[in-house]
Amino acid sequence: MALPLSYNFRNLWTRRLTTALTVSGMALVVFVFASILMLANGLQKTLVETGSYDNMVVLRKGSGSEVVSGVSREQASVVETQPEIALGSNGQRLLAKEIVVLINIPKKGTLKPSNVIVRGIEENSLLLRPQVRLVNGRLPRPGSLEVMVGSSLVKRFQSMGIDEALCCGMGDWRIVGIFDAGNTGFSSEIWGNVDQLMPAFRRPAYSSILFKLRDPSEFGELKDRLESDPRLTVEAKRETRYYAEQSEMMATFLRILGISITIIFSLGAIIGAMVTMYSTVANRTAEIGTLRALGFQRRAILAAFLVESLLLGFLGGLAGLFFASFMQLFTISTMNFQTFSELAFSFSTTFEIVYKALVFSLVMGFVGGVLPAIRASRMNIVDALRSS
Amino acid sequence: MLILKLLFRNAFRNKLRTGLTFLGICIAILSFGLLRTVIGAWYAGVDASSATRLITRNSISLVFPLPLSYKDRIRQTNGVKNVSYGTWFGGIYIDEKNFFPNLGVEPASFLGLYPVFILRPEEKESFLKDRKGFMAGRKLIEKYGWKLGDIVTLKGTFFPGNWDFVLRAVYRGKDENTDETQFLFHWDYLNETLKKGTGHPWVDQVGYYIIGVTRSELASEVSSAIDSTFKNSLAETLTETEKAFQQSFVAMSGAIITAIQLVSMVVIVIIMAVVANTMVMTTRERIGEYAVLKTLGFTGRHIAALVFGESLVITMIGCILGMALTFPAAEAFSRTVGSYFPIFTIEPSTLYLDVAAALVVALVAAIIPARRAIRIRIAEGLRRIG
Repeated sequence: MALPLSYNFRNLWTRRLTTALTVSGMALVVFVFASILMLANGLQKTLVETGSYDNMVVLRKGSGSEVVSGVSREQASVVETQPEIALGSNGQRLLAKEIVVLINIPKKGTLKPSNVIVRGIEENSLLLRPQVRLVNGRLPRPGSLEVMVGSSLVKRFQSMGIDEALCCGMGDWRIVGIFDAGNTGFSSEIWGNVDQLMPAFRRPAYSSILFKLRDPSEFGELKDRLESDPRLTVEAKRETRYYAEQSEMMATFLRILGISITIIFSLGAIIGAMVTMYSTVANRTAEIGTLRALGFQRRAILAAFLVESLLLGFLGGLAGLFFASFMQLFTISTMNFQTFSELAFSFSTTFEIVYKALVFSLVMGFVGGVLPAIRASRMNIVDALRSS
Repeated sequence: MLILKLLFRNAFRNKLRTGLTFLGICIAILSFGLLRTVIGAWYAGVDASSATRLITRNSISLVFPLPLSYKDRIRQTNGVKNVSYGTWFGGIYIDEKNFFPNLGVEPASFLGLYPVFILRPEEKESFLKDRKGFMAGRKLIEKYGWKLGDIVTLKGTFFPGNWDFVLRAVYRGKDENTDETQFLFHWDYLNETLKKGTGHPWVDQVGYYIIGVTRSELASEVSSAIDSTFKNSLAETLTETEKAFQQSFVAMSGAIITAIQLVSMVVIVIIMAVVANTMVMTTRERIGEYAVLKTLGFTGRHIAALVFGESLVITMIGCILGMALTFPAAEAFSRTVGSYFPIFTIEPSTLYLDVAAALVVALVAAIIPARRAIRIRIAEGLRRIG
């Protein structure tokens, strides 16, 4: 026969302070564990959603990132004439030759400068990226020194409002619009007209060429042809793959940091649970003796203590998740080492993270409680009853 | 002395619990120390920079170059002692994972500005003579097993193609915080190769200028003088001290540093909960004893001292263990991620902070138990069992 669950609850309640301390230790660990998973998930989501599977990016061979890439006008026109490129509603090719440069802008508050991506776009750029929506103002007029800025930048950087001027390169750029690209990297960029930006920043070559494929399955064939064309020194990637690569270093860093911190913290919490459970067992020696004398089996005692420890873990898990869910309100903005520019991303929860965190907290409770529970179940009835 | 003996006896009464608590503190102090050291490693570049060196770069951002012709005009500025220049090459050695800084510099003036890079005279001479030569730090050589005369190929990212360099010199750092993982080659080699190609935009352009000023007090004067010289030109400049330049890199990853700092605080809070828990349980078990002590005439203050003392004994032993373990752990850590953190040394301030953290944990953890022990009424305490 098993001991009733209310027995465990009452025990935890009697030692409120100890219970609270153990649970708060575990809650902190689960909190950190869940937040790091949420952060890594948020980063991944941001960069995966940035690309689109049908789109293909062409960069200079070996460059790896748009920031250091350069594709000359001659090469761009070769790429432009490939038959696999999809056609738009007006019969135009859905292709955009873009330029990407970094500029230094002071951050709000600290006024410390940080690198921001400026992207020179063509008309088709917006068609190729349906996530981008204008939320305020208007689009920059072609042929004018006008730009629009991503919504993440407005919150984080100095003087980013409509009608303010950005000075960089030759001349001042007037901000005429604010666009939102959801949870994507584009929200951390400044977009202007490529034909104005190229001479202003004295860049003779495009940084990348982006186009939509007529048929996504033709990717492999076109990639081979472009990369083996003797007139070209380029590499081609799917846009999704490109952005995944951009976040690789950052994601690995977060993962390693997260795993090592979680391991260290969980060791601390497991020790806390063990201390609690061992002392619970030691304090209740006479009680355990009585229970055994009443006819409860060793198995029941083992189960009772394990359940108590698992309860501790579960409570800690719930508390930790509760606080971690508030992290979704925050957005992290930091430098992506690979592109050397600012990227904003937020914490985001999935059911999988909730489930992982709860399992993790139960495992901590189990590991912390199993040895004390075994000790409790092994007690000799007579000795246990005799102890005061 | 007797008190100390009593404290130790009390602390070790429940060996298992105390042992587990030690372990907990030890892990916490260890991770606290490591995290502090990681933050320190981030700032290593800032610490190593000198107040008499200025960096001039393009005011738009680092990815834009400055013309080589600026060199002479900078040199003419009052207060400038010597000028060197360089370009961040950003080449990849075999795989992207093998990261190390590789720069094209003007070697003679560069070495003049950085006396912390120590080279053997004959190696220095052969490096200066060989245009395809490069010099590299001791740690870098050891990591990849390069020997003098070896040819090393870097794959260019911004400067396309495969670039061959010959190892001519190995440098050592003058002190501990000199980065010994750099790869430095002749800027001339880069420029001449670019000239042969098809109009790379960086022909006769440099990434930045390094300027030595005669006196450090002149730094701000010289930087504004240089910047105003190139105002309204095709490439406006931004001149700042080397320290500020390095600091701006650190500031860009500010969010990560804040996160690590936060985590190093959280680990202390967690361990506080563990120690407090231990102390709560210890005092609960000894309520009867405390009642006896009170009967004998000891006051609440004495008992509080006992509780605090025991908490201190436990945390301090754990702290010392943790500090001792930090050293081998840091060694192992720097072996695995050494390429990102070239300088990874435990600073004395970290150890002081360790001790301070342990003290705080000991005191905070003992507050509630001590209050309980003081408040116990003699009759109640004596009546209580278990």
